[in-house]
Amino acid sequence: MSLASASLGHASRRDGAINADALRAHARREARGLFVLLSPGLFLVFAVIIVPIGWLFWLSLFDETGQLSAANYARFFEQASYIKTFVTTFKVAFTVTGACVLLGYPLAYMLSQLPRRATSICLIFVILPFWTSVLVRTYAWLVILQRKGLVNTWLMDLGVIGQPLPLANNFAGVVIGMTHIMLPFLVLPLYASMKAIDVDCLRAGMNLGASPAATFRQIFFPLSLPGLASGLVIVFVLCLGFFVTPALMGGGKVIMWAMRMEQTTSLYSNWGAGAALGVVLLAVTLALLGLFHWLLGARATGVWSRR
Amino acid sequence: MTTRLCILGLAVAGLLASVAVPASAADTITVASWGGTYQEAQTKAFFDPTAKDLGITIKQDTTNGLDDVRLQVTGNAVKWDITELGADECARGSKEGLFEKLDYNVIDKTGINPKLVHDDWVGISYTSVVLIYRTDVFGDKGPKTWADFWDVQKFPGRRALSGSQATETLSVAALAKGTPIDKVYPVDIDDALQSVDKIKGHIDAWWTSGAQAMQLVKDGEVDMASIWNGRAGTLKKSGAPVSFSFDQGVLTADCMVIPKGSKNKDLAMKALAKFVSPDLQANLPLYVDNGPANEKAFETGKIPPERIKDINSAPENVKKQVLQDPAFWRDTLVEATEKFNNLIQQ
Repeated sequence: MSLASASLGHASRRDGAINADALRAHARREARGLFVLLSPGLFLVFAVIIVPIGWLFWLSLFDETGQLSAANYARFFEQASYIKTFVTTFKVAFTVTGACVLLGYPLAYMLSQLPRRATSICLIFVILPFWTSVLVRTYAWLVILQRKGLVNTWLMDLGVIGQPLPLANNFAGVVIGMTHIMLPFLVLPLYASMKAIDVDCLRAGMNLGASPAATFRQIFFPLSLPGLASGLVIVFVLCLGFFVTPALMGGGKVIMWAMRMEQTTSLYSNWGAGAALGVVLLAVTLALLGLFHWLLGARATGVWSRR
Repeated sequence: MTTRLCILGLAVAGLLASVAVPASAADTITVASWGGTYQEAQTKAFFDPTAKDLGITIKQDTTNGLDDVRLQVTGNAVKWDITELGADECARGSKEGLFEKLDYNVIDKTGINPKLVHDDWVGISYTSVVLIYRTDVFGDKGPKTWADFWDVQKFPGRRALSGSQATETLSVAALAKGTPIDKVYPVDIDDALQSVDKIKGHIDAWWTSGAQAMQLVKDGEVDMASIWNGRAGTLKKSGAPVSFSFDQGVLTADCMVIPKGSKNKDLAMKALAKFVSPDLQANLPLYVDNGPANEKAFETGKIPPERIKDINSAPENVKKQVLQDPAFWRDTLVEATEKFNNLIQQ
């Protein structure tokens, strides 16, 4: 009896192993099939992203005489303005991301709580600026914010201020203009994640005696964090490479990294000078994505999550 | 018999037409310039008359400057036969070997300043950097010289200078120190930078494009600025309360080149010869404030006498201005621009 059961156990183990082998083979076949299906896309990514970036990196290693050198990178330390530009870029990116969170979180929360019809109307107002050119919107801000612009004229006429406020052609102008452009990038993913929060969880919390504030703090807010994190990352990374708004609203005093690339590319006769700036921005952005991934978890940066 | 002749005639005509079509396609050149009202003026002044004279088609494109040419030449994809550049860009591009040699047996260089006649580039027109101020702020007692512009006690107000054209800002900075106009070149760069250092705390905007300079002055964002004379003229014509003159202006030339590898080099040479001829050069000031590079244009009698005083390259206006030296900036631009950027970026 015991012998029979042992041999039976043995047989089922063997069967299980055979089964697992078959399953693994099947999975491998399927993976191969998927890979073949994926290969046109992979090829495209390789041809239009990997190769040019590799080339950019390669170019950045050559100086103006075509010699292999680190001159393009050494320049960042020899010339003070590059470090300043780098610091400015991050200052702007942090400030704009902060402003977007402060404005965008309440907005997304409101959108998620409104009745369906009101939400769709409000969402149109969030998305509408998306369809207008960045250049047009930036010029509009200039009209509103400059010394003799709408805001200053009205405030002076009302006697609120005696001197025009410095709102354009400086850091403040850049932050205001960029926040307006970046806001939808934060609100949309945040709204989507808030909409996905199960209302029953909130009800359960209330049912167990939590106040509305406690429900929000202990249940809603933590559940909305993944959406907030992904919005935050999108905004921050987009800010790092922004060009139009700082170029027009900064009055030449707020120079960001992308503007520097344009200047350097036309100033130096070798592509490497500009390429090195691109490589640095790319490396720093990837490093930051890695940091966010580590700090905020896989779902925020999506790219590395295994799902 | 007659019908047969007719058919034969038609066939011959058809054959000729089919031969003629590719021939005319080869008689097409592409010219690139800065776009906007300037290029519209060039179209009327240079491109249309040349196309008619030579019986060719001139296609047009716009350029961002030397890096576009560099991209086409080094990438072996030259699509332009002639392109316009700033004179210092021409000097730098020449050093990099980006242009075809010009044939001065085809192009007549008489009347063009020798500083703008080179193996592989030639002057085409002039722009001036001038001091503009708002008359609703200063009346007619505004800053007239760069020393006035630097004098923040006597002329309080908001100021803008070019942040993208270090060459121009360093030239006016040298003038502000009291350097006589014929002694500005060669520019003592460190000295000029010191001068910029004195004013930089009072600069409210460093403009990076002609349109931006114009907008800053037009909207009253600044009360005085350095600006290109074409933009200044447009502002004045549009009725903005502004005043400017050519006194202590910085005269900068634009040039034209044939990018290395142009497929229609010979035809481009003939077209370029037309562009710089006194007859067509005299057309330019009829449409735009940029002056002709060929001073013989003023002897053609085409330019109305009352217009001459507004043209920056008219002989009496040239005397009041500094002529920017392209050869000087060819060798110093990179270093000077980096130092300038270090200084103005806080």
